[in-house]
Amino acid sequence: MNTQFISEQEKLLHDIGVLSFVVIELSLYLDTHPTDQNALKYFNHYNRLANQARQEYSAKYTPLTISCADVSACDDWKWALAPMPWEGGCN
Amino acid sequence: MWNYERRLEFPVNIKEANADIAQAIISQYGGPDGEMGASMRYLSQRYACPYREVAGVLTDIGTEELAHLEMVAAIVHQLTKNLSMEQIEKSGFRNYYVDHTVGIWPQAAGGIPFNACEFQSKGDIITDLMEDMAADGATS
Repeated sequence: MNTQFISEQEKLLHDIGVLSFVVIELSLYLDTHPTDQNALKYFNHYNRLANQARQEYSAKYTPLTISCADVSACDDWKWALAPMPWEGGCN
Repeated sequence: MWNYERRLEFPVNIKEANADIAQAIISQYGGPDGEMGASMRYLSQRYACPYREVAGVLTDIGTEELAHLEMVAAIVHQLTKNLSMEQIEKSGFRNYYVDHTVGIWPQAAGGIPFNACEFQSKGDIITDLMEDMAADGATS
Protein backbone atom coordinates (compact mmCIF):
# COMPACT_ATOMS: atom_id res chain seq x y z
CA MET A 1 0.00 0.00 0.00
CA ASN A 2 1.46 3.34 -1.08
CA THR A 3 0.08 5.78 1.46
CA GLN A 4 1.17 9.15 2.76
CA PHE A 5 0.37 9.34 6.46
CA ILE A 6 -0.66 12.63 7.95
CA SER A 7 -0.55 11.48 11.57
CA GLU A 8 0.92 8.90 13.94
CA GLN A 9 -2.63 7.68 14.53
CA GLU A 10 -3.13 6.93 10.84
CA LYS A 11 0.22 5.16 10.68
CA LEU A 12 -0.66 2.92 13.64
CA LEU A 13 -4.11 2.12 12.19
CA HIS A 14 -2.44 1.22 8.89
CA ASP A 15 -0.01 -1.12 10.71
CA ILE A 16 -2.96 -2.76 12.50
CA GLY A 17 -4.60 -3.31 9.10
CA VAL A 18 -1.48 -4.95 7.69
CA LEU A 19 -0.87 -7.16 10.76
CA SER A 20 -4.53 -8.15 11.02
CA PHE A 21 -4.64 -9.12 7.34
CA VAL A 22 -1.72 -11.52 7.91
CA VAL A 23 -3.51 -12.96 10.96
CA ILE A 24 -6.79 -13.44 9.04
CA GLU A 25 -5.10 -15.21 6.14
CA LEU A 26 -3.04 -17.42 8.48
CA SER A 27 -6.08 -18.36 10.52
CA LEU A 28 -7.95 -19.44 7.37
CA TYR A 29 -4.96 -21.62 6.41
CA LEU A 30 -4.70 -23.06 9.91
CA ASP A 31 -8.42 -23.94 9.92
CA THR A 32 -7.65 -26.71 7.45
CA HIS A 33 -3.96 -27.31 8.42
CA PRO A 34 -4.22 -27.21 12.23
CA THR A 35 -0.94 -29.06 12.92
CA ASP A 36 1.37 -27.10 10.57
CA GLN A 37 4.14 -26.07 12.99
CA ASN A 38 5.65 -23.38 10.75
CA ALA A 39 2.24 -21.77 10.26
CA LEU A 40 1.59 -21.91 14.02
CA LYS A 41 4.88 -20.09 14.71
CA TYR A 42 4.12 -17.53 12.04
CA PHE A 43 0.61 -17.03 13.44
CA ASN A 44 1.90 -16.61 16.98
CA HIS A 45 4.40 -13.95 15.90
CA TYR A 46 1.96 -11.82 13.89
CA ASN A 47 -0.99 -12.30 16.23
CA ARG A 48 1.10 -11.00 19.14
CA LEU A 49 2.21 -7.95 17.12
CA ALA A 50 -1.39 -7.28 15.99
CA ASN A 51 -2.71 -7.49 19.56
CA GLN A 52 0.04 -5.21 20.86
CA ALA A 53 -0.69 -2.64 18.15
CA ARG A 54 -4.43 -2.80 18.88
CA GLN A 55 -3.81 -2.27 22.62
CA GLU A 56 -1.46 0.64 21.88
CA TYR A 57 -4.03 2.26 19.57
CA SER A 58 -6.80 1.85 22.11
CA ALA A 59 -4.67 3.30 24.92
CA LYS A 60 -3.54 6.33 22.88
CA TYR A 61 -6.70 7.07 20.86
CA THR A 62 -10.03 5.23 20.93
CA PRO A 63 -10.79 1.53 21.45
CA LEU A 64 -11.04 -0.66 18.34
CA THR A 65 -12.92 -3.38 20.23
CA ILE A 66 -15.01 -3.45 23.42
CA SER A 67 -12.41 -5.73 25.02
CA CYS A 68 -9.78 -2.99 24.45
CA ALA A 69 -12.02 -0.34 26.04
CA ASP A 70 -10.25 0.46 29.32
CA VAL A 71 -12.40 3.03 31.12
CA SER A 72 -10.48 3.00 34.40
CA ALA A 73 -8.54 6.19 33.59
CA CYS A 74 -11.18 8.19 31.72
CA ASP A 75 -14.60 9.65 32.41
CA ASP A 76 -16.29 9.04 29.08
CA TRP A 77 -17.22 6.13 26.80
CA LYS A 78 -14.75 6.66 23.96
CA TRP A 79 -16.20 3.74 22.02
CA ALA A 80 -19.27 5.89 21.27
CA LEU A 81 -17.29 9.05 20.53
CA ALA A 82 -14.85 7.71 17.92
CA PRO A 83 -15.52 8.26 14.22
CA MET A 84 -17.22 5.38 12.42
CA PRO A 85 -14.84 3.51 10.12
CA TRP A 86 -16.86 4.17 6.94
CA GLU A 87 -16.64 7.95 7.26
CA GLY A 88 -13.34 8.18 5.39
CA GLY A 89 -11.30 11.33 5.20
CA CYS A 90 -13.11 12.97 2.31
CA ASN A 91 -15.52 15.81 1.63
CA MET B 1 -21.69 -14.61 18.52
CA TRP B 2 -19.61 -11.85 16.99
CA ASN B 3 -17.48 -8.97 18.16
CA TYR B 4 -17.22 -5.74 16.20
CA GLU B 5 -13.84 -4.21 15.42
CA ARG B 6 -14.23 -0.50 14.79
CA ARG B 7 -12.14 -0.23 11.62
CA LEU B 8 -12.45 -1.37 8.00
CA GLU B 9 -10.52 -4.44 6.88
CA PHE B 10 -8.92 -2.15 4.27
CA PRO B 11 -9.31 1.64 4.46
CA VAL B 12 -11.74 3.44 2.13
CA ASN B 13 -11.00 7.12 1.46
CA ILE B 14 -12.83 8.28 -1.66
CA LYS B 15 -12.01 11.82 -2.76
CA GLU B 16 -14.80 12.55 -5.27
CA ALA B 17 -18.49 11.67 -5.22
CA ASN B 18 -19.68 9.71 -8.26
CA ALA B 19 -23.28 8.54 -8.50
CA ASP B 20 -22.83 6.35 -11.58
CA ILE B 21 -19.99 4.36 -10.01
CA ALA B 22 -22.06 3.96 -6.82
CA GLN B 23 -24.91 2.52 -8.91
CA ALA B 24 -22.53 -0.18 -10.16
CA ILE B 25 -20.74 -0.84 -6.84
CA ILE B 26 -24.02 -1.40 -4.94
CA SER B 27 -24.27 -4.73 -6.81
CA GLN B 28 -21.25 -5.99 -4.84
CA TYR B 29 -23.29 -5.26 -1.69
CA GLY B 30 -26.63 -6.87 -2.47
CA GLY B 31 -26.42 -8.20 -6.02
CA PRO B 32 -26.34 -11.85 -7.16
CA ASP B 33 -22.57 -12.16 -6.58
CA GLY B 34 -22.40 -9.63 -3.73
CA GLU B 35 -20.98 -9.85 -0.24
CA MET B 36 -24.40 -10.20 1.41
CA GLY B 37 -24.98 -13.43 -0.48
CA ALA B 38 -21.39 -14.55 0.14
CA SER B 39 -21.55 -14.03 3.91
CA MET B 40 -25.00 -15.64 4.26
CA ARG B 41 -23.93 -18.56 2.05
CA TYR B 42 -20.97 -19.59 4.23
CA LEU B 43 -22.60 -18.77 7.54
CA SER B 44 -25.75 -20.75 6.64
CA GLN B 45 -23.99 -23.79 5.16
CA ARG B 46 -21.76 -24.43 8.17
CA TYR B 47 -24.39 -25.98 10.47
CA ALA B 48 -24.97 -29.10 8.39
CA CYS B 49 -21.26 -29.52 7.64
CA PRO B 50 -20.11 -32.90 9.00
CA TYR B 51 -16.41 -31.95 9.41
CA ARG B 52 -15.48 -29.59 12.22
CA GLU B 53 -12.47 -28.08 10.44
CA VAL B 54 -14.61 -27.32 7.38
CA ALA B 55 -17.39 -25.82 9.55
CA GLY B 56 -14.62 -23.73 11.13
CA VAL B 57 -13.31 -22.42 7.83
CA LEU B 58 -16.89 -21.66 6.67
CA THR B 59 -17.38 -19.63 9.86
CA ASP B 60 -14.16 -17.67 9.42
CA ILE B 61 -14.68 -17.04 5.69
CA GLY B 62 -18.30 -15.98 6.33
CA THR B 63 -17.05 -13.60 9.01
CA GLU B 64 -14.49 -12.09 6.63
CA GLU B 65 -17.23 -11.66 4.00
CA LEU B 66 -19.07 -9.48 6.53
CA ALA B 67 -15.95 -7.28 6.66
CA HIS B 68 -16.05 -7.10 2.85
CA LEU B 69 -19.74 -6.17 3.02
CA GLU B 70 -18.83 -3.26 5.28
CA MET B 71 -16.08 -2.04 2.93
CA VAL B 72 -18.43 -2.11 -0.07
CA ALA B 73 -21.05 -0.15 1.88
CA ALA B 74 -18.35 2.38 2.85
CA ILE B 75 -17.46 2.83 -0.84
CA VAL B 76 -21.11 3.45 -1.84
CA HIS B 77 -21.64 5.75 1.15
CA GLN B 78 -18.60 7.89 0.35
CA LEU B 79 -19.44 7.99 -3.38
CA THR B 80 -22.94 9.33 -2.66
CA LYS B 81 -22.95 11.26 0.58
CA ASN B 82 -22.27 14.74 -0.81
CA LEU B 83 -23.99 14.58 -4.19
CA SER B 84 -25.98 17.58 -5.39
CA MET B 85 -29.58 17.13 -6.60
CA GLU B 86 -28.39 17.99 -10.09
CA GLN B 87 -25.72 15.26 -10.03
CA ILE B 88 -28.31 12.72 -8.80
CA GLU B 89 -30.89 13.65 -11.43
CA LYS B 90 -28.37 13.35 -14.26
CA SER B 91 -27.01 9.97 -13.12
CA GLY B 92 -28.15 6.37 -13.09
CA PHE B 93 -28.50 6.75 -9.33
CA ARG B 94 -31.73 8.76 -9.57
CA ASN B 95 -34.11 5.77 -9.37
CA TYR B 96 -32.29 4.35 -6.34
CA TYR B 97 -32.50 7.78 -4.71
CA VAL B 98 -36.30 7.85 -5.08
CA ASP B 99 -36.65 4.88 -2.70
CA HIS B 100 -33.57 5.04 -0.47
CA THR B 101 -32.05 8.54 -0.80
CA VAL B 102 -28.45 7.93 0.26
CA GLY B 103 -29.26 5.03 2.59
CA ILE B 104 -27.45 1.75 1.92
CA TRP B 105 -29.90 -0.92 0.76
CA PRO B 106 -29.01 -4.37 -0.64
CA GLN B 107 -29.83 -4.49 -4.32
CA ALA B 108 -28.23 -5.39 -7.65
CA ALA B 109 -27.03 -2.69 -10.05
CA GLY B 110 -30.27 -3.06 -12.00
CA GLY B 111 -32.43 -2.46 -8.92
CA ILE B 112 -33.33 -6.08 -8.13
CA PRO B 113 -33.53 -6.52 -4.33
CA PHE B 114 -31.25 -8.95 -2.53
CA ASN B 115 -32.84 -12.37 -2.45
CA ALA B 116 -31.77 -15.50 -0.54
CA CYS B 117 -32.28 -17.45 -3.79
CA GLU B 118 -28.90 -16.01 -4.85
CA PHE B 119 -27.19 -18.74 -2.78
CA GLN B 120 -27.86 -22.32 -1.81
CA SER B 121 -27.60 -24.25 1.44
CA LYS B 122 -28.41 -27.86 0.73
CA GLY B 123 -27.25 -29.77 3.80
CA ASP B 124 -24.82 -31.76 1.64
CA ILE B 125 -21.15 -30.83 1.89
CA ILE B 126 -20.22 -31.70 -1.72
CA THR B 127 -23.20 -29.79 -3.13
CA ASP B 128 -22.47 -26.81 -0.90
CA LEU B 129 -18.73 -26.71 -1.65
CA MET B 130 -19.43 -26.89 -5.41
CA GLU B 131 -21.81 -23.96 -4.92
CA ASP B 132 -19.10 -22.07 -3.01
CA MET B 133 -16.56 -22.61 -5.80
CA ALA B 134 -19.05 -21.47 -8.44
CA ALA B 135 -19.92 -18.39 -6.40
CA ASP B 136 -16.34 -17.33 -5.77
CA GLY B 137 -15.41 -18.13 -9.36
CA ALA B 138 -18.08 -15.69 -10.48
CA THR B 139 -16.27 -12.76 -8.88
CA SER B 140 -12.58 -13.68 -9.10
